[in-house]
Amino acid sequence: MLWARRLWLRLQTLFRRNRIAQRLDVEIQFHLEQQIAENIATGMSREEARYAALRTFGNPTVLKEETRDTWGWLRLEQMGQDLRYAFRTLRKSAGFTATAILTLALGIGANTAIFQLLDAVRLRSLPVSTPQSLALVQIKGGNQGFGISNREISLTYPLFEQLRAHQEVFSGVFAWSGGDEVAVGEGSQQRGARALWLTGNTFAVLGLPPIRGRLFTDEDDRPDCGISGVVISYGFWQSEFGGRDSAIGSKLLIQGHPAEVLGVTPPDFFGLEVGNNFDVAEPFCSVTAFQPAASVLARRDLFWLTVMGRLKPGWTTEQASLQLDAISPGLFEATEPSGYSTKSQNTYRASRLAAYPAANGLSDLRKTYDASLLLLLGITGLVLLIACANLANLMLVRASTREREMAVRLACGASRWRLVRQLLAEGLLLASGGALLGLYLARVFGRSILWLLSTERNVLELDLALDWRVLFFTTSIAVTTCLVFGLVPAFRWSRAEPGDALKSGSRSVTTGLERFSFQRVLVISQIAVSVVLLVGALLFVRSFRNLTTFHPGFREKDILLAFINLEPMHLADAEQYPAVIRDLLTQIRSLPGVESAGTSTHVPLDGSSWTLGLQIDGREGWSKFTWVSPGYFETMQIALLAGRNFNDRDTQVSPHVAMVNEAFAQKYLGGAIPIGKTFRSVVEPGYPSTEYQIVGVVRNTKYAGLREETPPESFGAASQFPAFGPRVSVFLRSSSPPSIVFPALRTKLNEVNPEIRSDFRVFRKDIENRIVRERMMALLSGFFGALAGLLTMIGLYGAISYIVVTRRNEIGVRMALGASRGNIVAMVLGQTVVLLALGTVLGVALALAAARGAGALLFGLQPNDPLSLIGASVLLIAVALIASFLPAQRASQVDPMVALRYE
Amino acid sequence: MAKPNDLVQGTLDLLILKTVSLEPKHGWAIAKRIQQISGEVLQVQQGSLYPALHRLEQKAWIKAKWAETETGRQAKFYSLTAAGRAQLEKEAANWNRLSAAINLVVETT
Repeated sequence: MLWARRLWLRLQTLFRRNRIAQRLDVEIQFHLEQQIAENIATGMSREEARYAALRTFGNPTVLKEETRDTWGWLRLEQMGQDLRYAFRTLRKSAGFTATAILTLALGIGANTAIFQLLDAVRLRSLPVSTPQSLALVQIKGGNQGFGISNREISLTYPLFEQLRAHQEVFSGVFAWSGGDEVAVGEGSQQRGARALWLTGNTFAVLGLPPIRGRLFTDEDDRPDCGISGVVISYGFWQSEFGGRDSAIGSKLLIQGHPAEVLGVTPPDFFGLEVGNNFDVAEPFCSVTAFQPAASVLARRDLFWLTVMGRLKPGWTTEQASLQLDAISPGLFEATEPSGYSTKSQNTYRASRLAAYPAANGLSDLRKTYDASLLLLLGITGLVLLIACANLANLMLVRASTREREMAVRLACGASRWRLVRQLLAEGLLLASGGALLGLYLARVFGRSILWLLSTERNVLELDLALDWRVLFFTTSIAVTTCLVFGLVPAFRWSRAEPGDALKSGSRSVTTGLERFSFQRVLVISQIAVSVVLLVGALLFVRSFRNLTTFHPGFREKDILLAFINLEPMHLADAEQYPAVIRDLLTQIRSLPGVESAGTSTHVPLDGSSWTLGLQIDGREGWSKFTWVSPGYFETMQIALLAGRNFNDRDTQVSPHVAMVNEAFAQKYLGGAIPIGKTFRSVVEPGYPSTEYQIVGVVRNTKYAGLREETPPESFGAASQFPAFGPRVSVFLRSSSPPSIVFPALRTKLNEVNPEIRSDFRVFRKDIENRIVRERMMALLSGFFGALAGLLTMIGLYGAISYIVVTRRNEIGVRMALGASRGNIVAMVLGQTVVLLALGTVLGVALALAAARGAGALLFGLQPNDPLSLIGASVLLIAVALIASFLPAQRASQVDPMVALRYE
Repeated sequence: MAKPNDLVQGTLDLLILKTVSLEPKHGWAIAKRIQQISGEVLQVQQGSLYPALHRLEQKAWIKAKWAETETGRQAKFYSLTAAGRAQLEKEAANWNRLSAAINLVVETT
């Protein structure tokens, strides 16, 4: 048991260290006294006896140290000392400490947050078993605008059935459609839930186990199954059922239909689309129970399913694509919709399916934000770079002011290694402080960005788990910077002789340039990188401003939107709806505060689009088609350039008339006034081929989005809309605020029929919500640009202060020889100007190179926008001059006598 | 102050172990004893005894106990442990072999 005893002894020396040290003192004291007593007995005087005893004993302090050495733990003890000492020194220079820690934290925090976001949106794999073998099946090149599609990767249900029946490359294929909102609960308790329609085999193919109950199987997805059961997400289980087991088997009212809760999906399963979570999942067979009117499952022109498959072992997506290509003709032939023009039909038949890797799931977020997030990551990377440069600068400046301290400690016999350790300890303390604060900032940043990207109607939900790898990466960069630059001075002075260091502390009249040339490089690169970031910030802010102030051809201010659904009125004959809508519109116009109102089948800038083919002057063409009521152009304040507006004499039975925009006239009629000309639309299901006579021309307006060119657009009269129904979008211009108009509107609808469903929006807000990406880029790049400027200011201030301190004697001499305070300020500022000039030129060059990558994200200005370049440079130069003016001013206040005498 | 070299250190260990093998002794007594027995030939610097004593204690070859001296003062008394006795025998044997070998070399040439 010797080792056990040794371990015990060793632990005692660690935990009862003070007590043992005290006892050692007593022990040695006793020894000395014994010796003194003996010496006195041999006849020495007391004094003599004491000296003799000490001589034979040796240096007690050193021997005690040596003895403590045998207890082990010396390293640990000294580390404790180092840390305590470092803590005290750092506390004494609170300004430096706070700056360094904050710099570190900002760098670490920003990078971690952005990377987390990027990771959540595009890098993370689906939380299912072996996501690598999942493949997305879509039509190669999209469906070319054919039929009605919710996005270009979607397939129709009949097409999916054909694929399922004939494919041989997947061990299983499944489909889903999300994004619908369904009402859950009843009466006043009713609220919206995000529904996910899916095939019964989805969970089985994904290899997803239930966390409670069971998930769907093919058995649940039988034709006309009605509403049998529902699978809920973990989040919904928590919020709706408090995570209780009794949820399984209970009934949930969905759109008024009771459905049994079958099971709960695992917590990390957010659905199949990143950023698009779901609450309740239902098999496709239940769709008919919710929408009895139209059998959407049978529709061949409705592209609404996203289809994925699990590749059989050994298959790649390329091989699968070849196979899919081979069977495609059969699949498309079997599902060909009718009622389209021959050309469209041919295009459909010629389509081919292909497989694409889908391990990371799908995400519209990814498409929308990919470039922005990557750019932001670049920006934060640069911020980290500046932060590190700043830190290095700060450490160097600080070390140089401690030159004498180091020299004194060397002279007193401290070992060089001990000095190095001391500096290491300080660096370590700073780094851990910065890392901790950075951790906190990362969470704050992450949440703020999500908040920035969310709108009232679309709250973004992403799992922003703290990514330890990123945190580790950024922290290690920052810590390394801290330590390396903390140590540079240690090595510099530990090599020098203490005597020299003591002397050169302040005596030298001028200091060689090379001493701080490294600092100059740091400052120049800081300035350059800051210019890049500021240019970026200005570009994005200006681009955002362009978007918000851009005139889309209509005046969106004071426009309110009312989406009205008359379906619950259950009119016996659909033909009655247009008349009801006309009456409603008249009543809306009479509301107090409403200046004008009109309906339209298309809401500008909402991203949607409706195109019809046409024949004009014997040529084939296409145009956007929108049907509007009289009063629409007046409401939107779209200028009429020629001809007339629609009026009440344009009816279902009168000849079909159309108004076109300038782009239409330009494209098809060479810009001539086209009044009286006719064109014919190409047939589509529900839209018979019709001859229109052009009666008016209106000014161009933006159509689907702010960024695109105005396409040719034709307007038909709402009364002649072939696909009329119970839904209508009313645009109204109001001088009263929405808070007054909306209730009045609802009251008016209630008078007609309280069952009418309605949804009111402020047009301008809707448009702004569509440029959240630009808003985010403007805000974040602005923030980081400002941050970079601030860091550079601090760095420059530090560097100039240092240069001033080292030249104190020289300044004293100059002043003694007659230099004025102004001369001194000018001399110090002169140094800044050199650094600034170099840094700014370098920065502008870098910015020009870097901005090219951001071109696609900009609106209304070029990446080499001169105003942004000049603005950024001027801003930075101003900031830099302020930063260096303070130390220059201080330098000029130096009393020559004091400066010359200063040792 | 330089640390004793390996030979001296090893020898010092042996001397200490031998000295405390008969009865428990405190540090000063150990120093005195070594000096007396060796006929004042081995002048151990008294202080360097303590790092050695603490090292041996850490190795559990000797154990320490606080007790009263004849004069009624508290002192730390060191005594040999079982492991220490084994170590003493080993080191004594080593020393004998070494000194015999050196003797042989010195006397034959």
